[in-house]
Amino acid sequence: MDIPVRYGDYIDWDQLPHLWCPGCGNGIALKGVALALAELNIPLHKLLLATGIGCSGRAGNYVSFHSFDGTHGRTLAFCTGINVTQPDLKIIAFLGDGDCGAIGGNHLLHAARRNLNITVIEINNFNYAMTGGQFSPTTPLSSITSTSRKGKAEYAMDTASLVAEAGANYVASTTVYHTSQLNNFIKEALLTRGFSFVEVMSSCPTYYGRYNHIGDGPEMMKWFKEKTLPRDKYEKLSLEEKQNYIERGKLVQRNREDFLTTYKKRRKK
Amino acid sequence: MEKKKGKFPFIIEERLCKKCGICVSHCPAKVFTAGPGNEPRVTNPRKCTGCNLCFFRCPDFAIQLEVSP
Amino acid sequence: MKKMFLDGNVAVALGSIRAGARFFAGYPISPVSELAEFCSHEMPKAGGIYVQMEDEIAAIAAVIGASLGGKKAFTATSGPGFSLMQENIGFASMAEVPCVIINGQRFGLSTGVATKPGQSDIMQARWGRHGDQSIIALTPASVQECFDLTLEAFNLAERFSSPVIVLTDATLAHLKERIRVPDPAEIKTVKRKEPQGPPEEYKPYQPDERGIPLLSYFGSEYILKVTGLVHTEKGNVSSDPGVCASLIDRLERKIYDYQEELPPPRYYGEEKAETVLISFGISARAAREGMRRALLEGISSGLIQLQTVWPFPEGAIRRLSSHASKVIVVEMNRGQVTREVERILPEGVEVNSLLRADSEVIYPREVLEKIKEVQ
Ligand code: SF4
Ligand code: SF4
Repeated sequence: MDIPVRYGDYIDWDQLPHLWCPGCGNGIALKGVALALAELNIPLHKLLLATGIGCSGRAGNYVSFHSFDGTHGRTLAFCTGINVTQPDLKIIAFLGDGDCGAIGGNHLLHAARRNLNITVIEINNFNYAMTGGQFSPTTPLSSITSTSRKGKAEYAMDTASLVAEAGANYVASTTVYHTSQLNNFIKEALLTRGFSFVEVMSSCPTYYGRYNHIGDGPEMMKWFKEKTLPRDKYEKLSLEEKQNYIERGKLVQRNREDFLTTYKKRRKK
Repeated sequence: MEKKKGKFPFIIEERLCKKCGICVSHCPAKVFTAGPGNEPRVTNPRKCTGCNLCFFRCPDFAIQLEVSP
Repeated sequence: MKKMFLDGNVAVALGSIRAGARFFAGYPISPVSELAEFCSHEMPKAGGIYVQMEDEIAAIAAVIGASLGGKKAFTATSGPGFSLMQENIGFASMAEVPCVIINGQRFGLSTGVATKPGQSDIMQARWGRHGDQSIIALTPASVQECFDLTLEAFNLAERFSSPVIVLTDATLAHLKERIRVPDPAEIKTVKRKEPQGPPEEYKPYQPDERGIPLLSYFGSEYILKVTGLVHTEKGNVSSDPGVCASLIDRLERKIYDYQEELPPPRYYGEEKAETVLISFGISARAAREGMRRALLEGISSGLIQLQTVWPFPEGAIRRLSSHASKVIVVEMNRGQVTREVERILPEGVEVNSLLRADSEVIYPREVLEKIKEVQ
């Protein structure tokens, strides 16, 4: 994959180094965003990075275009107002698994259902890292976290499937190890009119990696390589074998009218 | 950007590198080795295949094109 | 100018649209559902948008988003929804986003009595969020004031770059009265200023001499960085104690120091009266009538009707009651404004109150009785 040389225009280099830990996947995903924006050549003032709370929530500080850092989980509700008042603005919501699956779960479902013209990048690091590594809805069953020292007793939530079911136009999931796929998904999502969602399974060596004895950044990358399977391969596995893998790939790509289009059609005088 | 096999096309900005080791461990051509402080060293530049994976996977924007930013 | 026969809900909505509001987001709730219904069909006609959100948290969030998209925006709710909105009202105060929140107060805490009036969200309007801040809250007492003060709320939101709360109640929301509705050309609205100068040098949170920042909008060439975290003038995150202190100080003072510019209390009755009533909202109507009857009976009395309840108009109240030996606060709660009055009046002034917290409005005869009782 080629590198669009202007990707640096989308980064606020003065704010770097960022606060993320060594080996944290947030920076890989944020770079994927910058690369896609450079490739699509979108003017800076036509872009908004909206974030929530947590490690991923600091991303807005590192971009050179408009940024919005809302209250925890409410980001997509704020974006609803932004989208309908600034229809030409490209809105990228860079959220965490708490923003998407827990405190913001309801807003995510409704934003997808309305098919707002927004691209969500969900940084799924399987835990609440900023607060010290507690489990989140996406933490797999049995995983160790600071609030599940003997293994998480709850089933995990599959945010990508939920969003697909809720009506989004584009849904895909991958990891920070699979950067070609990641960068491509981000680009496709940005090209989608209507709601698009990319789940990025991301390394958190500081908490998830350490608690679950996966290891540091490089080890977590290896874990993603070995633990995930493309959707088609995953589907062929037996139910039992499936327990050992996480699927990645595209779930949905369709072309429903976005919210403003359906709204305007029904409000014509 | 044109891909040139055998030429490592990046610089590593020390100010930004957090020495996480991802580039060192995951370069398919083993272009890097880790220094005593785990800092990446480009010891085999001629083996670089131009896959750009180290650039994409560096979480800290430390691996940069020589021309940018 | 047109005379119209409207209820408080519609007067608020009409006042908003005339003030330039082009976005409404809400979640239906008694007693303001009709306000949302009105907006759902009238907003699009005015070129605006109505969005029915998934809950009140989302409604106020969408309003803040729309305001940052460059449109004047508002929402309407009642107690339960107002509680849910507190989080993001705090965000709007912190990020200094102009917007208007209508709270049609109903009786009681929790679900209370959904269809009956109350005035017990006064303290919540002031202190409902965590953290120090100033807030503006207005209290119309008639359908005319529902229109006028809502319009003013939008202007204040823009001037102070802040959320503004309008407190009506279930009675006012459904009360129909004849009001004067000025033509759009007669209405003064505050337009948002555009930043000037080179966009690279723009700092969204650089305050002017009154402590007010000049926010651009998302989509502008002037890049806007908005966050609920403590931030620098550029909008970048900071936890530096100096930055923290100056931000919090400015957020409080930008409103508090200019409270004389907010809608002042109205005064009715005898000048220099010995017994002065203090009331607001629908209770002020009964207070005024009760006071009139007292005057007929020869009792020296007057009424201070608050149009602005926050910041609490201390100076104006002290001035208007300076000749009074007795004050009676008339309100439909357990004494929320009474406590403020006790706090600000000099010792020697006897502070009484006529409180009602049973889901019924206060009647003029009760006011008259109270005036007589304290003589
Ligand atoms: S705690 Fe985890 S998610 Fe947060 S910055 Fe560190 S590695 Fe990244
Ligand atoms: S991947 Fe980046 S941050 Fe990590 S060691 Fe290599 S250059 Fe440094």
